Amino acid sequence: MSLELNAGDQSMLQGEQDHAAAAAMKILVAVSKAVGARKLLDISGAHIDGCLYHGQASLDFVERLIEGGGRVRVPTTLNVGSFDLIHPGLVKMPAAEEVPARRLMKAHLELGCQATFTCAPYQTRFRPGFGEQIAWGESNAIVFANSVIGARTNRYGDFIDLCCAITGRAPAWGLHLSENRRGQVLFELVGSDPEPSDSLFVAVGLIIGQASSDRIPVISGLPRPRDEDQLKALGAAAATTGAVALFHAVGITPEANTLEEAFHGMGPEETVRITRADLDDALARLSSVADGAPLAAVSLGTPHFSYEEWMRLLPLLREIAPGRGVPIYVNTGRATLARLQDEGALVGMEAFGLVPVADTCTYVTAILERLDGVVMTNSGKWAHYAPGNIGVSVAFGDMEDCVRSAAAGRVVRAAP
Amino acid sequence: MKAPDRTGTFHLAGSAQGPALVLSQALSFWGGINVETGDIIDHSHPNLRGNIAGKILVMPGGRGSSSSSSVLAEAIRRGTAPAGIILERPDPILAVGAIVAEFLYEISMPLVVCEISGIVSGDRIAIDLGEDAQAMVSKL
Repeated sequence: MSLELNAGDQSMLQGEQDHAAAAAMKILVAVSKAVGARKLLDISGAHIDGCLYHGQASLDFVERLIEGGGRVRVPTTLNVGSFDLIHPGLVKMPAAEEVPARRLMKAHLELGCQATFTCAPYQTRFRPGFGEQIAWGESNAIVFANSVIGARTNRYGDFIDLCCAITGRAPAWGLHLSENRRGQVLFELVGSDPEPSDSLFVAVGLIIGQASSDRIPVISGLPRPRDEDQLKALGAAAATTGAVALFHAVGITPEANTLEEAFHGMGPEETVRITRADLDDALARLSSVADGAPLAAVSLGTPHFSYEEWMRLLPLLREIAPGRGVPIYVNTGRATLARLQDEGALVGMEAFGLVPVADTCTYVTAILERLDGVVMTNSGKWAHYAPGNIGVSVAFGDMEDCVRSAAAGRVVRAAP
Repeated sequence: MKAPDRTGTFHLAGSAQGPALVLSQALSFWGGINVETGDIIDHSHPNLRGNIAGKILVMPGGRGSSSSSSVLAEAIRRGTAPAGIILERPDPILAVGAIVAEFLYEISMPLVVCEISGIVSGDRIAIDLGEDAQAMVSKL
């Protein structure tokens, strides 16, 4: 079994184009051989998760591609960085870290990447379509693209996502190929018709992530979601507790109109029942503090808040009118933020404690004023990672609970 | 040097020698390694407090986040990486880290996929290039 390269691949590999393409193709070929791909395929877009600074090697790689004349060959979006370039005062970072962190973000722009700096590229104008072959990094974006849109990507990451963008090619293996997109494990929601609440989707995501291992989960019995943001929360949670890159929800996601379609006419390898008690248990494990605990902050928007999520939050802020005492951080893409500002939607909102964050996220860098208290979030992903990353205690609740808690200064949650 | 006791496939070709550090469980470099020292810092890992620098790291496979590619490349740059890695199962994430480090720093840390049974921690292991670009792994 060997790797077959076409004339364009060979030309890049032999340095007939630019040095950067030659280096990227060499790396792509080595990785293709490591995974046993037979050939490469064309991609129509890429999303690069390379803007978080993990050390000098992160920056050296991008600088070498720039020196080698590198330009991305397909439309390429960028994931969050360590720095909020829109609100420079927000991130508290020593200069020795700030300089390379900022440079890493800027260096990617010199390769022709788009200054999106968002973990929700699927809610920007670069959203791919059904069946498109793409090479995406960032776990929540990967699972959304595959599952909710029906675009096709493997779990790409450091360095290799950029090699795909620079060459416009990806190894033909895994989820790029139809036969590997078949569901393997069936999760049945049992019990009386569940309400399509935000927390239900988070809980289902947490459970399927934990129990799927490297198999593709299929969910049956899921209520029709209010909007795609609920599926976004489900996917983000599943890619947090596990390595889920694709899920099918029967009657909801595009490759699962029926159970038969989701399993490609075959049966599940395993069936797991999800009860109300399982859902409650999964959510309870996200909170490390009891109701009534004093609150230091609220963090929303992991993954980045969509315009529609803002349209649900802003009326809640006006109605409940929390004071400035507990900051409400909302992570969002800079394009969404610009649209809100153009519309004047955020005028006066700082009086309610609102602090918009762009280009980065509150759990990957130093933004929160206080790390000694409890932070409340509506994100399963944030609740899972923040205690380890930035050392805070977390309370999980839905968006309305978060705003009410900010107003009360302590954790208050509606009875389940 | 005696005949190799096993052959394997290179993810990244090179030669190296060193004492084996055999891990019974896969280790995620991201969150599992202190890149400044090579210490194993994953609290859930049985080899917590071991050190990978200069060893021939032997483990069943890679694990976890794609950020492990960056951590391995950075460890190779700093000289805190293993002298070589032997895996039982292929791992594209570690392969990317090793390949990028060679591209950037011209340091070839061999990454071999082969049978790992019979190697125990402390064995002196040599990895060499064989005919047909095969990896030759021998106990010294």
